[in-house]
Amino acid sequence: MERTTLDLWVGIFVVAGIAALVMLAMKVGNLSTYNVSETYQVHAYFSNIGGLKAKASIKSAGVLVGRVTDITLDTERYEAKVVMSIDKRYQFPKDTFANILTSGLLGEQYIGLMPGGDAEMLKNGEQLKKTQSAMVLEDLIGKFLYSKAAEPAK
Amino acid sequence: MPAIKTIKGIGHRAINAVWRIGMATRFFLLTLRYSGTGFRRFHLIIKELFSTGVMSLIIIVVAGLFVGMVLGLQGYETLKRYGSESALGVMVALGLVRELGPVVAALLFASRAGSAMTAEIGLMKATEQISAMEMMAVNPIARIVAPRFWAGVISMPLLAALFSAVGVFGGYFVGVVQIGVDEGSFWSQMQAAVDFREDIMNGVIKSLVFGTVVTVIALFEGFDAPPTAEGVSGATTRTVVTSSLAILMLDFILTAMMFGGS
Repeated sequence: MERTTLDLWVGIFVVAGIAALVMLAMKVGNLSTYNVSETYQVHAYFSNIGGLKAKASIKSAGVLVGRVTDITLDTERYEAKVVMSIDKRYQFPKDTFANILTSGLLGEQYIGLMPGGDAEMLKNGEQLKKTQSAMVLEDLIGKFLYSKAAEPAK
Repeated sequence: MPAIKTIKGIGHRAINAVWRIGMATRFFLLTLRYSGTGFRRFHLIIKELFSTGVMSLIIIVVAGLFVGMVLGLQGYETLKRYGSESALGVMVALGLVRELGPVVAALLFASRAGSAMTAEIGLMKATEQISAMEMMAVNPIARIVAPRFWAGVISMPLLAALFSAVGVFGGYFVGVVQIGVDEGSFWSQMQAAVDFREDIMNGVIKSLVFGTVVTVIALFEGFDAPPTAEGVSGATTRTVVTSSLAILMLDFILTAMMFGGS
């Protein structure tokens, strides 16, 4: 085969392969939603995090504002310490309420932030004091059974 | 004594296997050492890229399309039972990008391009072209082996990426266009679940490893083949069998290293 046709076909092959990689990164993967903007770190203590994992999303009013970066067990309080990094564009009041929520019935868990009314804003390294733990299905069923048993028999 | 004979046979095979692995490693290192000439004469690599990469395009694209379509159908049937059809995109994309893309593309590559490489080099050896080159003081590893090796290593990740990309569209076609899964949730859940570094880059690393292993096996078998018609045919068979097994075993090890830790 002629040299230039060969070059052309190999060029098409390489371009198609790289285009497929870019398409995978942008359309299939999350590279397009990677925010390169700066973040600040806050942490919060939860008595139970349920199935929350590192890299879980943090949403406020349904909008993605950050990611969970680290989850450890604090052995002084025996509570889960969740470190979150939040986009610098979104500032939250000091008395913001952090809540572990589930998307859908069996979906993955995320942290929902409900802003309070404080005039002062959260700064890097500060703690979210008001939290609510994840709903654990077994606890709910247990509570339901107890309340059923406590009802007077008809 | 038949028992001793059997044990002797096992010993002989074990020694032979170790010896071949050692030779293949030496061959691989020699290839790397003489790669410089291949890069200086880049048109040699381009010629090989054409015969390994471009000629494999059709089989890769068609196979990727059908694998994606089957994944879409089967995934839908299973996910429907749990009422989570919207996660179809996640299943198709993760299955393809992490496993099926690199592995199936490498298996196809081994049987399409690897066997051709072995047969070509084996036949070159049988017709004494390699000895003729050595006679003319041309290093056959630099002239024949290194360009083929680099063409294989370059084209494998590209082919795997194409396989995955086409497969995702196959899954999209069956899931969204034919069955009617919601298009928005198909793509958005996929994007939320597939991580660029964790999933896509690990898939690329896998296919790089597979490309290296498949081409080294194919080239070594060709170079090592007895210079007879029977020898070349045996070497071609061995290339496909050994590289397929190597791909599947390495895939298990790589998966355990990449995704098994956490």
